Amino acid sequence: MKTKIFLFLFILPLLAFAQDNQTTADSTHLFDFSSVKDFKVTDVGSDDGTALFVKWNAAEGRDAANLLRLYRETMDDSARVILADSQTLSGEFLDENLDRAISYRYVLVALDSLGNETVGRMETEYVSPKVNFFKKDKLLLLIMIFIYAGIIIVLVETVKKGKVLFVRKISGLDTLDEAVGRATEIGRPVLYVPGSSTMSDIATIASLNILGPVAKKIAEYDTRLIVPNRDPIVMTVAKEVVKESYSEAGRPDAYNDNDVFFLTDSQFGYAAAISGIMTREKPATNLLLGMFWAESLIMAEAGNTTGAIQIAGTDAVTQLPFFITSCDYTIIGEELYAASAYLSREPLLMGTLKAQDYFKGLIIVLIVLYFIFLIISSIAGGDVAILNKILEMIRFIFNS
Amino acid sequence: MFTRRTLPLLIAGFFGITTIIQFFVPHPVSKSYYNLVLDWMIIVTAFTYLMAVQSTVELHTTKIKRKVEGWQYSLIVLISLGLTAFIGVFGGAFVPSTFLMKLIPAFKPTSTSPLMYTYLYMQVPMQSTIFSLLAFYMASAAFRSFRARSFDATMLLVTAAIVTLGRVPLGEFIYKGFPEVVEWILKYPNMAAQRGILIGVQLGIIATSLKIILGIERKYLGGGK
Repeated sequence: MKTKIFLFLFILPLLAFAQDNQTTADSTHLFDFSSVKDFKVTDVGSDDGTALFVKWNAAEGRDAANLLRLYRETMDDSARVILADSQTLSGEFLDENLDRAISYRYVLVALDSLGNETVGRMETEYVSPKVNFFKKDKLLLLIMIFIYAGIIIVLVETVKKGKVLFVRKISGLDTLDEAVGRATEIGRPVLYVPGSSTMSDIATIASLNILGPVAKKIAEYDTRLIVPNRDPIVMTVAKEVVKESYSEAGRPDAYNDNDVFFLTDSQFGYAAAISGIMTREKPATNLLLGMFWAESLIMAEAGNTTGAIQIAGTDAVTQLPFFITSCDYTIIGEELYAASAYLSREPLLMGTLKAQDYFKGLIIVLIVLYFIFLIISSIAGGDVAILNKILEMIRFIFNS
Repeated sequence: MFTRRTLPLLIAGFFGITTIIQFFVPHPVSKSYYNLVLDWMIIVTAFTYLMAVQSTVELHTTKIKRKVEGWQYSLIVLISLGLTAFIGVFGGAFVPSTFLMKLIPAFKPTSTSPLMYTYLYMQVPMQSTIFSLLAFYMASAAFRSFRARSFDATMLLVTAAIVTLGRVPLGEFIYKGFPEVVEWILKYPNMAAQRGILIGVQLGIIATSLKIILGIERKYLGGGK
């Protein structure tokens, strides 16, 4: 036992001394910080004042011999926070989630082969993150919105003065009257599905905008309208839209609150329930308008098997092929947003519809210009400064 | 009239404009405003589910009262609704509640709660069943559309045949270049068409949003104008 205590008391300090000696020996190794230049910290900008950007570069002709470690220090607290290790003499680091009331500085130290810090360090000034009031990188987007809003206002004013604007034929929307009439003739209901999404989806709002005139027409024809919903908010709005439309048509008594109802918020549960309604109630017309996902084909095929006339419309590009194959008419993408103006022919709405077309024209012109300049640039060898500048400008517009 | 039309339009306009401003302003106040609106949305959505329950109960109670065809299914819906709510409230959401563990000692803190059990072993399989129907519906829809009655339909048929062959090992066995051809079809003609639609859709979304914010579009409030 005594021997063990002796060994513990004598040999352990020896081992500790040997370890300590080695550490001291390595730490005395000096790192030449002149091989690192431009070590600086800057405010990120266009943010809420919670981030700083640290960057350092290697001096010309220098290679990394040591691992560099980046620390963050604050003015009030001596404790350092390790941020990153860099194998090269150049590096950058985005330091996020900072407090703008605190000043920070960044420190670079070199590590030896054992991972111990060497003598010497490089540090930045103390900097506080600054809060910004405008996202400068979004300026072009804001200008575009103003231009777009400007075009809308100009066209609305033009229409108000009596100018008639041409709008191309949209078969799916033209057939709505016929579809409702058919349901009246054979005495079966019309099924209106306002999509599977919530009210935050613009496609749902566009669908509810179509529901208004459709419900009015149905009320005039004295036909039954069934509107099953997946979202409670959509259901509430749909109830209001249908009720108001029935009142406007002079048939408030024909409105049945139980015909606009909530089904389930489960995606495939909703699809199964809609398929069930199609099979049991056998509606003469199915209107599937709004946002749909994978359930679109289940509904459209179930409707197809019942022999109903089907008009579908969505802005979900992936679901469009399903609707095109299974429905009689498909309202594609932007036509869904044009429906409200198209059906009502209100001058104000027609103006916005035309503005949409003009802006699309502008985008097409830009794409074509880009394509032409790209071809010319490639023929010219790709090093014509003016062409590269134009291409860069168009790219910047689209990236913004 | 003011509460039914003007007030909702003012609210829509106010929140529309402030949300646009919020998007361009990175200040913490703008961020907290956005988070506040999101919180309100969650609260409002939670309350609207009460209306959903009211709608379901009213609809099915009416069906049972009037003994319409298939009223028995409405009874099943109401029983299921009540039962699910009961086991959710008293049995715990993800793990068994203390009340349930006291009542039935067989339930341990590590057990699956009865509500979770109904979700995992009833709802999920039922959803998967409906989802699996897609395969058959796709086949029937494809059969209908791929009949080469016109030039467009023939093109659709040929493209679909190439894409299908390029996606299965047999296609590569017949001709090694099939997967590359499929990649090209998806990457260029297909993507070009998709982007064309998407540009229109995005402009439509902006136009509809502006119409709502400016109060030009009012049909979503009900009525024609």
